[in-house]
Amino acid sequence: MEADLIVTCLNKEFGSFRAVEEVSFSVAKGEFFSILGPSGCGKTTLLRMIAGFEEPSSGDLLIGGRSMRGITPDKRPVNLVFQHLALFPMMNVAENIAFGLKRRRVAAAEIRRRTDEVLERVELPGFGDKRIHQLSGGQKQRVAIARCLVLDPSVLLLDEPLGALDLKLRQQMKVELKKLQAKVGTTFIYITHDQSEALVMSDRVAVMNRGRFEQIGSPQQLYNDPTTPFVAGFVGDSNLWTGVVVEKDGEAVKVLTDEGFVFHCRQRGGSGRSRVTLFLRPEAMIIEPIDRAGLNIFQVTVKSILFDGANSRLLTATAAGHELLVALPQNRAFDHIAPATEITLGWHPKTGIAFELLDQP
Amino acid sequence: MKRSGMFWIFITPVLLWLVLLIFLPHLDLLLLSFRGDASWTLDNYRNFFTEPIYWLTFVRTALYSIITTLLTLILALPVALYVTKIAKPGLRGFLMVLLMLPFWVSELVRIYGWMILLRESGVLNYFLQSLGLTNQPVEMLYNDATMIMGLVYTSMLFMVIPLVSVMDSLDNSLIEAACDLGASKICIWRTIIIPHCKPGIVSGSIVVFMLVLGNYLTPNLMGGKNSLWFTEQIYNQFIASFNWNQGAAFGFLLLVLSSAIIWLGLKLTGQRLGELSS
Repeated sequence: MEADLIVTCLNKEFGSFRAVEEVSFSVAKGEFFSILGPSGCGKTTLLRMIAGFEEPSSGDLLIGGRSMRGITPDKRPVNLVFQHLALFPMMNVAENIAFGLKRRRVAAAEIRRRTDEVLERVELPGFGDKRIHQLSGGQKQRVAIARCLVLDPSVLLLDEPLGALDLKLRQQMKVELKKLQAKVGTTFIYITHDQSEALVMSDRVAVMNRGRFEQIGSPQQLYNDPTTPFVAGFVGDSNLWTGVVVEKDGEAVKVLTDEGFVFHCRQRGGSGRSRVTLFLRPEAMIIEPIDRAGLNIFQVTVKSILFDGANSRLLTATAAGHELLVALPQNRAFDHIAPATEITLGWHPKTGIAFELLDQP
Repeated sequence: MKRSGMFWIFITPVLLWLVLLIFLPHLDLLLLSFRGDASWTLDNYRNFFTEPIYWLTFVRTALYSIITTLLTLILALPVALYVTKIAKPGLRGFLMVLLMLPFWVSELVRIYGWMILLRESGVLNYFLQSLGLTNQPVEMLYNDATMIMGLVYTSMLFMVIPLVSVMDSLDNSLIEAACDLGASKICIWRTIIIPHCKPGIVSGSIVVFMLVLGNYLTPNLMGGKNSLWFTEQIYNQFIASFNWNQGAAFGFLLLVLSSAIIWLGLKLTGQRLGELSS
């Protein structure tokens, strides 16, 4: 697969603070690649280095096989959709979109044709004469993307462009953006702190923390096979136990938790017989399992029901008072569960992952 | 009833100010400008058009005021950009103080400061001579270029302040977006910064233009005898010739001139006076 963007050992220091540390990755042509991380993790700095607004302290980045060191943003074959979109309020929609083409001295007739074409593509035909303040949030979004796409960049960078939208519109734009990317086939690099945006839209996601990439993988890999405790904790919800490994057979381990449960699960790295944190997804636990063979079984008491439609949870507690979130499928099979009832939970050893505790509290 | 009472309390000082200090004196001057020795006449205005020295000075003043305003604008734009966008936030307040510091001193003292620097026996000539660049002192005062420089210097602050406040509201990401889309520096100025700053440019230009057109001190002291300024003509009529009628007519011509040029400027830039305050 041809790589559009190759980043090798990129570093960025601000004084003594290292915002980006030894980041390496490559993005294939036409891929939707997301960089996911909490705010302040260096993802915006990384994006600005790709766009050319920050100069890396060391390392290299190649776009289409050409090194971008020392090349100014206006000369790079990438375009950036800004966090607050940065549409020019002094121009109308068509002038905004034509801005980049005019700078390339494209003929007026050609500009008009391509502007109309790209407006068609983002499903805003006939919006050329509108002023920016007349557009809704979602429409502005699409104009900002159209303004970049009309230039045919090899890579389109997006800096949390959905951040300013309200929740409903954000859900809708997620799907639209994914569809749009599939349609135009441009390589997208999307940065966000919202894991659902990254998981829904991306082909691959890099999870970033404190300037470093923790893991790069498909959304499924990140969710089901996190390689670091940070990824396990940041992507999706997890229930945690601390304990010690008492038996180890390759990846499969037996963990004795601090409250006395013995669980079979998988371990990532580690040398056996050490303190670990066990991560378990709320939906990995089966309520009242019928076929209990091979499952980890234990009892909990329901404390309350957190009803949220398809995303409903049970807040439960073990005998020792350890609180656990358990997914509650809305298939009417569990309507009898009420607060204070005792239920049996089971989970498959494949679904729990133990990580060695590195920094002891 | 109560509300209209409050209204009159606040509006009365304004009306008194306008009527007593602005409207009545101007009305009196207007009447004076149409008076001859004994009767009503248009002679005062006719003199202006028949005597070339008067209307030539008038045209000169207008042109130089426009040039000064443009020069001030060209110098103030990068200064404002530096203060708002490039300088570190901590440095910013310091820079603003530096800009305002000269204005704590009266204009007269500032102009004498320039004269000390520029005159034949002045500081600059001393250095030029000791460096061996000239053999004899160069007269740098009393010409049009020096006068315009002095006027630009005097007006600078009144252009920078409105520009700083409009540039402050310019989102940095707009500049970055333009750069990202392939715009050169000149193009960013032309398409993003200047259109955004238009209200500040217009209001700053109006203030500077008015100040320069009505300035008396700087042209008089730095321009010398050859650099005639229209305010000097008015002064001469009132004080030297004691011809109040002629002076009043000149004053009104200046008022008409400044209004006409500002009206034209607003028309050309497509701005309206009411929009500038917002």
